[in-house]
Amino acid sequence: MTVLLIALGAAVGAPLRYLTDRAVQARHASAFPWGTLTVNVAGSLVLGVVTALPTSPAVTALLGTGFCGALTTWSTLSYETLRLHRGGRRGHAVANVLVSIAAGLTAATLGYVLARAVTG
Amino acid sequence: MPVLVGGTVTGPSEFRVDPDVDLRVPADRRELTAHPAAVLGVIAAGGVLGALARAGLQATFPHPPTGFPWATFGINVAGCLLIGALMAVLTARPAGPLVRPFLGVGVLGGFTTFSTYAVDAQRAVAAGSPGTALAYLAATLAGALLAVWAGDAVASRLLARAKVGAAR
Repeated sequence: MTVLLIALGAAVGAPLRYLTDRAVQARHASAFPWGTLTVNVAGSLVLGVVTALPTSPAVTALLGTGFCGALTTWSTLSYETLRLHRGGRRGHAVANVLVSIAAGLTAATLGYVLARAVTG
Repeated sequence: MPVLVGGTVTGPSEFRVDPDVDLRVPADRRELTAHPAAVLGVIAAGGVLGALARAGLQATFPHPPTGFPWATFGINVAGCLLIGALMAVLTARPAGPLVRPFLGVGVLGGFTTFSTYAVDAQRAVAAGSPGTALAYLAATLAGALLAVWAGDAVASRLLARAKVGAAR
């Protein structure tokens, strides 16, 4: 059952990362990878909420391990950083990892704190 | 069933930044309208495989809230090594139009995770282990960047050697 829930969450999360990345890039013609930053920060926020709530293992498997896990990515983030560096955009490369980590941590904390405040 | 013709990952003139999708690469721009169901289908299928592999490893090597998340660390570093190698191979030897969506966007994107990285670090701080959190944040960052560079460098060198060997 857990395997099926993880699979279901990932089957939605992975294509949503691709579609979000496309949508963000279509609106911002920038060399900075805003699309990946968007999914990583959004996924960290949702996982922060899921972690704070007294949820069942089924919800954690579906939304946490499956959906948020597949929505967010380190492989894309690291490759982008390598390519920005190679392309001579050193500032973008450094900003990409530092902003991702800072914003991801902030989002995870915010999600956790807000969910705890709402549920008491 | 549409016939998936040709398709290159990236030509020599385009400089890809995003391995998931980079709209400056013409093939990436076209792929969703050309085969929407196939592209999204293989991304979903790859994402499921990657996520299940990740979940299996995390369940095999669990960690307490104050402990170092070794499983997720290893998963993220390994995934970065593999995306570096994969993209080097696909740049040198263009493959079918569904190879990058399946292996790169799906399998490796689903295998690696950023949300668990952020939440595990935040939980370690909340559990009273800021040192572990900081070590984990820094080790993953350094490991991921070193791995993607190494994956690209090793694959590129092997491909260049194979090309020289074939030319002889």
